Amino acid sequence: MELKTFSMGGVHPADKKLSAGSPIQAFPVPAQVTIPCAMHIGAPAEIVVAKGDKVKVGTLIAKANGFVSANIHSSVSGTVFKIEPVADASGYTKMAVVINVEGDEWEETIDRTPDINANVDAYSPEEIINLVHEAGVVGMGGATFPTKVKLSIPLEKKAEAVLINAVECEPYLTADHRVLLEKADEMLIGTRLLMKAVKVERAYVGIEQNKMDAIEKLTALCASKYPDITIVPLKLRYPQGSEKHLIKAIMGKEVPSGRLPIDVGAVVDNAGTAVAVYEAVMKKKPLIERVVTVTGDSVKNPSNFMVRIGTPIQALIEAVGGLPEDTGKIISGGPMMGKAITRTDIPVAKGTSGVLMLPESLAHRGPLANCIRCGKCVDACPMGLEPYLLAIYGKNKNFEESEANHVTDCIECGCCVFSCPSNRPILDFVRFGKQNVMKIIRARSAKK
Amino acid sequence: MDNVIVVSLLVLGGIAALAAVILYVISKKFKVEEDPRIDQVADLLPGANCGGCGYAGCRNFAEGCVKDLNGKFCTAGGSDVMAKIAEVLGGEVSAPDPKVAVVRCGGSTACRPKTNKYEGAATCAIVASTYGGETGCAFGCIGLGDCVAVCKFGALSIDEATGLPKVNEEKCTACGACASACPKMVIELRKKALKFRKVYVSCVNKDKGPIAKKACSNACIGCGKCVKACNFEAIKLENNLAYIDSSLCKMCRKCVEQCPTGALKEENFPPRKPKDEAAPQLNAASGADKVNINPPQAQQAPMADNKNNQSNEQ
Repeated sequence: MELKTFSMGGVHPADKKLSAGSPIQAFPVPAQVTIPCAMHIGAPAEIVVAKGDKVKVGTLIAKANGFVSANIHSSVSGTVFKIEPVADASGYTKMAVVINVEGDEWEETIDRTPDINANVDAYSPEEIINLVHEAGVVGMGGATFPTKVKLSIPLEKKAEAVLINAVECEPYLTADHRVLLEKADEMLIGTRLLMKAVKVERAYVGIEQNKMDAIEKLTALCASKYPDITIVPLKLRYPQGSEKHLIKAIMGKEVPSGRLPIDVGAVVDNAGTAVAVYEAVMKKKPLIERVVTVTGDSVKNPSNFMVRIGTPIQALIEAVGGLPEDTGKIISGGPMMGKAITRTDIPVAKGTSGVLMLPESLAHRGPLANCIRCGKCVDACPMGLEPYLLAIYGKNKNFEESEANHVTDCIECGCCVFSCPSNRPILDFVRFGKQNVMKIIRARSAKK
Repeated sequence: MDNVIVVSLLVLGGIAALAAVILYVISKKFKVEEDPRIDQVADLLPGANCGGCGYAGCRNFAEGCVKDLNGKFCTAGGSDVMAKIAEVLGGEVSAPDPKVAVVRCGGSTACRPKTNKYEGAATCAIVASTYGGETGCAFGCIGLGDCVAVCKFGALSIDEATGLPKVNEEKCTACGACASACPKMVIELRKKALKFRKVYVSCVNKDKGPIAKKACSNACIGCGKCVKACNFEAIKLENNLAYIDSSLCKMCRKCVEQCPTGALKEENFPPRKPKDEAAPQLNAASGADKVNINPPQAQQAPMADNKNNQSNEQ
């Protein structure tokens, strides 16, 4: 049988899933955590603790500020040491709460037993959405969009199916893969909670075929226990983990330009998010820890850790045998869409899916040459855009033309740069154009 | 054969004559009356279309002037051009205080070590939208020369030694293109004083003192010594950063002597008198690389021990 995939563009970088066989290990609680207030898309959360306050694991430390925002909870127990701007991965400072760890005392409301609770019927859709909101669950794939917002479907729109994104098309990363293998029941019950919240009867879990063990395990599990959930094996292709491309691959529908997945009846959530939803609803456990893949070609023991939010990345690097000598670049996230980080004292946030130490030989861009008009970027663009053109418009600050050529549809996947034989920094210019066009659009709508 | 030539001459000539008549009639009937003074004014303007006046271009500005001269000023042309325009149009020209672009970053390669290497598209705007930059200072000059690229008058250049842009005050017209092109807002238009003398805080870092100092030895650490030294209330301290209001500053330079990091700079002043011994000691102790112009005969003066003399006397 021909495996499903999306229709247009895309590339296939080497997998390099070095840590796929490494089970999730609980990472020791560090001595101090730094919890940023802006780890989600939308307004930064409003801090509700003060310096010197005692907090437990799961204590609310920052409250969602507006509709598109998320609660933030303490990931450790201890004392609030300071509240001040701390440099994040980009080198800019953002407000953060620094907590000194004392013991490991959890809020009493959190159910810490490993028992599986499959009683989805006990909750109404409103209760589920409310609990998800309370727990501060955001998209765990990396975009960190507050899950509550996705589940709050406008009245005039109707969902048809929940899509669980377990594609993990980024090379190196294996966090979702291990979640599928080790937390299969939690993930599938979380999926049912999502289905209940958006009132649909069907769910699909999209998994790329390089995770055959997960596909087999989940297919067997769904056949016996969860008949309303279908496992869909997908052909290897980047960026299949983009929600629009996953919808195309699984449902065969295309999200129109400028519209959202819900416009074609789809609600897409990451596998990690489904587990977080399960824990938020069934265990009353807020989003205080996540699975992080720590890997790299020269890393001694590529591993997957369950890490408390706010743990410094330096600690993770030490735990896998230290920074390899030939490291040329450290990336937070995957090699395609992740961001290079300039310092290792920055914390793990809700969207940190991996820490990748690329060796010197792979870390750098090739020598820059002129555009030879080969059109490879156009072939590779999964959104059907013309990256070379958008790059020129971005470079010349011609934002009107950028907008007219749909720069806002760009998902910043990097396929254009990956395929460019001249090593042109296409995405840098396109992203610059997109950011400015978004600014112009926001200013325009604010005026109205 | 003759027939063909005659016929074609007649036909084409007829078409030409008809078109000429139509064009003549239309040009008379639909003539746009334009004030001839617009062309006169436009001819006087520099023609750089720099946008410093706030208009889209020089001709646009000329139209504006003809409508109402009050409050109009061509920064690139300066008072001379405005006087000529006033002659053509009649009326008074109000000249605002002349200004000059000042680069408020002293983070040269020597005092601001690089912490990482950037390989992406080489424009300041893109670096600023991507991350904090190649050094520990997320506020200072990126040094890729967006300001140099937009300057229509060739007044800016990147100094190879420091990695920072350098303003040629003679050429700068204070059009403000560099100031709006700089994503870090490092460049400011400040009041132009006699002989381009200036006293300013050469830093825009709002981090707390220790963080700023760690990133750059020339950073303003927000200690407030300059604020106390100033007798004219020209210096404000906000967000760990001092700022000198050029309209209030009397250029006494007392603040410069007090600055422990060399973030405060004096430029284009004659060397200080030797009797003023306290100041050079302070400067020597802090290792400040003050920008200072020393005429050759002043080499024996105490100020001559500046490590990094960025003299650019023409």
